[in-house]
Amino acid sequence: MKVGLFVTCLVDLMRPSIGFCALKLLESAGCEVVVPATQTCCGQPGYNSGDRKAAQALARKVLDEFESCECVVVPSGSCSGMIRAHYPELLSEFPALKARVDALAAKTYELTDFLQNMVRLDHVPGRFEGTVTYHDSCSGLREMGVKAQPRALLAKVPGLSIREMQQPEQCCGFGGTFAVKYGDISARIADLKCQDVEATGADALVLGDLGCMLNIEGRLRRRGDTRTRVLHVAEVLAGAAGESRP
Amino acid sequence: MQITSQQFKQAASRKLNDAKLQKALGNAKGKLVVTRARSILELDNFEQIREAAARIRDFGMQHMDVLLEEWERKATAAGTIVHWVEQPQDVNAKVIEIARRHQVRKIIKSKSMLGEETGLNRALEQAGIDVRETDLGEYIIQQAGETPSHIIAPAVHKSRDDISDLFAQKHQRRRLTDIAALTHEAREILRPHFLDADMGISGANFIVAETGSTMIVTNEGNGRMTTTMPRVHVAITGVEKIIPTLEDVSLVLRLLTRSATGQSISNYLSFTTGPRREGDKDGPGEFHVIIVDAGRTKVLASDMREALRCIRCGACMNHCPVYQNIGGHAYGWVYPGPIGSILTPSYVGLENAIDLPNAATLCNQCGVVCPVKIPLPDLMRKLREKQVEQGLRPWGERLGLKLWAWAARRPGVYALLTRIAARLGSWAGGRDARLRHLPPGGSGWTDQRDFPAPQGKTFRELYAGRRGRE
Repeated sequence: MKVGLFVTCLVDLMRPSIGFCALKLLESAGCEVVVPATQTCCGQPGYNSGDRKAAQALARKVLDEFESCECVVVPSGSCSGMIRAHYPELLSEFPALKARVDALAAKTYELTDFLQNMVRLDHVPGRFEGTVTYHDSCSGLREMGVKAQPRALLAKVPGLSIREMQQPEQCCGFGGTFAVKYGDISARIADLKCQDVEATGADALVLGDLGCMLNIEGRLRRRGDTRTRVLHVAEVLAGAAGESRP
Repeated sequence: MQITSQQFKQAASRKLNDAKLQKALGNAKGKLVVTRARSILELDNFEQIREAAARIRDFGMQHMDVLLEEWERKATAAGTIVHWVEQPQDVNAKVIEIARRHQVRKIIKSKSMLGEETGLNRALEQAGIDVRETDLGEYIIQQAGETPSHIIAPAVHKSRDDISDLFAQKHQRRRLTDIAALTHEAREILRPHFLDADMGISGANFIVAETGSTMIVTNEGNGRMTTTMPRVHVAITGVEKIIPTLEDVSLVLRLLTRSATGQSISNYLSFTTGPRREGDKDGPGEFHVIIVDAGRTKVLASDMREALRCIRCGACMNHCPVYQNIGGHAYGWVYPGPIGSILTPSYVGLENAIDLPNAATLCNQCGVVCPVKIPLPDLMRKLREKQVEQGLRPWGERLGLKLWAWAARRPGVYALLTRIAARLGSWAGGRDARLRHLPPGGSGWTDQRDFPAPQGKTFRELYAGRRGRE
């Protein structure tokens, strides 16, 4: 299967290692992975800030770059949700594009959803000694239906056990530019998430979205917690968790 | 009500640092979420009922004109005196006019959020009329001289201690701390007012076209007494409360009480169809209903119309991570939380509530729990788009977005900029790979959080390098 990997702008800039983990997982599932070299961003920052025109321009760019792939896989609930749940509305002013946009939306997957439900990955390369807790990111959960998939995959990692938070589905307070515009509200919401994470006593918080990751990790460290590791699910599944910095 | 939504940011910061409020919110937090979740499980077809409720509400909006006329015919036939009012400020004048005609000195009132919109209590007091809120939460708020912070739990921002102090001071009695005893004391104080009030005022949860009735959902019995005991009753309600049939009411009710308080049904459901008839044991001698537009039809004609489906259950605020942490007052007008972030700018002007549509993470927990499927995050996003279109966003933000969009459309430029940013960030992050301070514009992030540093190179350059080596 020819799969297009959309690494997302945050992975590209902040933690490229996550992109390589996603690549490794897709290749180990037997996919032929294409990484369009001109990819930048899905347009979400513009879309959620009310700059519809900017978002439309980027959505059209993603459409051009990825529509030739059989499937598009994204290591992020919110960026895959942007394409699947929001592109059809965002590009609704361009009826000529409708068939193409709908087709792209229908074949776009969040990484763990794709690995678990599309290619039915049995064997994961990773290994992790310890307990993890999983944060359900809002878009992944509520737009893409990602809930059981990462847990099912994590359960296949030798040595790993999962301990759930009280409220794994509660928002972490990131919200894109919200985290900067309303920093104190955002940090308070993140703080409650940190308390929930710490109460599990888990060695690592695992999640599938870089936005939440930066937010929760940032607040954990500021709280003085340097022990709890914050890992992208792709890193744990691909076996890169050992290399990632605490 | 005076609008203070433009001070949202400062107000929210104050609320975050208000220890008493945080304690009260902490006590309330999760309770309504848990009870709602439990009661939804009683329904084995919740999603289908939700779909049906949304359709019923949409039908009401689409045929509002015809249904309201049908309602008026039935109501008038039952002896109800119907008034139509377009502007919010005219509601107060109309109520005062009716009160004056009947030489009313004292009014008992059950909860009305529309009355909050128009500042009804204040207008009545200024007209020299004694008005008493009888819903316990509203009574507390009135005694404290405050405004509601939640649409169904108006005093949720107050702790038991606050209320003990308030009652001791206002009632001039011994300070009580037991909730049942406090409630009993409020009843004792209120009872004589029920008996000697000249007029009752209520809102309406729905008005039913089929029967010409107004209907209220309550738990304390005060609504029943308010609508039946005084000699004159005035119900005030928005045009969007129209619902076609009693059958429709029964369906929507299954969701309303469960979504609001987690009850299968409320303690009281009061339908009022006209004044007291020959042979009736109680009921007002004269029954007025004031049907109010106050911006509703303008919303109906806009792309915000789905917001008019709202049945005022409060589930969106109970589940909102922002509301949970700052409470309702910071939103600065009558309706807080996600639905308030749509209704406030729609009713009082986008430019008077700039923050509200932006002060949300778009987590969509509100959209998931809304019993009538209002796409709250989508509507907030549309309002954000309108702010951009109308030039209401700060210039720095607009410029930033323009630059970002310009670069992101040019892969070569974008690659160069991100390479520089990745290197700079990594260098600034130092050994423990975190940034304690971001430059101006990003300080909102780092005031209370670190910013994890980038790894140093971008994925695209590393990937290109790897391909080159292969």
